[in-house]
Amino acid sequence: MASKTQAEATEAPQFYLEEDHHPEGSTMLGFWIYLMSDCLIFAVLFATHGVLGRNYAAGPSPADLFDLPLVAINTAMLLFSSITYGFAMLQMERNAKMETIFWLGVTAVFGLSFLGLELYEFYHLIQEGAGPTRSAFLSSFFTLVGTHGLHVTFGIVWIVTMMVQVRMHGLIPENRRRLMCLSMFWHFLDVIWIGVFSFVYLIGVIG
Amino acid sequence: MSSQPHSLAHEDAGQAHHGHSHGHEAGHGSLRSYMIGFALSVVLTAIPFALVMSGALDSKMATAVVVMGLGAIQIVVHMIFFLHMNQRSEGGWTMMALIFTLIIVGIALAGSLWVMHHLNVNMMPMTHEMMKNMP
Repeated sequence: MASKTQAEATEAPQFYLEEDHHPEGSTMLGFWIYLMSDCLIFAVLFATHGVLGRNYAAGPSPADLFDLPLVAINTAMLLFSSITYGFAMLQMERNAKMETIFWLGVTAVFGLSFLGLELYEFYHLIQEGAGPTRSAFLSSFFTLVGTHGLHVTFGIVWIVTMMVQVRMHGLIPENRRRLMCLSMFWHFLDVIWIGVFSFVYLIGVIG
Repeated sequence: MSSQPHSLAHEDAGQAHHGHSHGHEAGHGSLRSYMIGFALSVVLTAIPFALVMSGALDSKMATAVVVMGLGAIQIVVHMIFFLHMNQRSEGGWTMMALIFTLIIVGIALAGSLWVMHHLNVNMMPMTHEMMKNMP
């Protein structure tokens, strides 16, 4: 018993030293695990839409409601915002502060136009009487697409925050770490949108 | 062009982190890899939209399979070129977390659809009239 506590006492400092040495790496892994848990939220919403997506309650079907050219433009906006965020990361690697802020700004503009188009679509659906209360299909559609839109909204808030942070403090290691987390978040949202436009819009319109 | 910015970034990261840079572990992309990923994504997005909007394929089933297949390929493209996934990052733990998540997602999606399909099949048949008069 006594020897065991002695052994623990001698090993403990080593453990803390080891832990102190990898703060950068563990942040990225932790954020990745957060993204994976977010992925599970979307998986549940996709499954709900998969189950309820054909229950129109004698109301409008996706082929009646969805405007595919608008969805295509929306998809393009999110794809452009992904590549411009990539440019921001490349400028960050070059240590170019103002260029990083510029490309973050471009990303935010594309993100905002995505959100604007999505809200325009939602507004028109509700105007046509196809609101979330109309049928199980529309409830699950608004929940899934709305949750994605909410993520994009918070992504834009984060981008603006980072623009201010980089402007005030420069590309310090803390800001680099945050920009890398935001990069993962933003590209992850684009990955989810691939599922949305394939599974919800295109498969929905095919019927 | 891309090699110089890389070495610059590494030097700087090295100074800031006592030589323990985060650059080589998390893996940034180069301009070339971002452009390849972007080009592939544009093609993989354009094909399914064109197929559905033009109705090029006669069979609905075939169109659906192509749309979902290209979507899955595009997700992999994004993972590799934009999220820089590989087996080495974080000592393989991001890959492990991803595989675990994919298994859970597969169970959740396939299980829900399977169970609810059987539930629908076993429900009392409903006529169109009853459907319309439902609250």
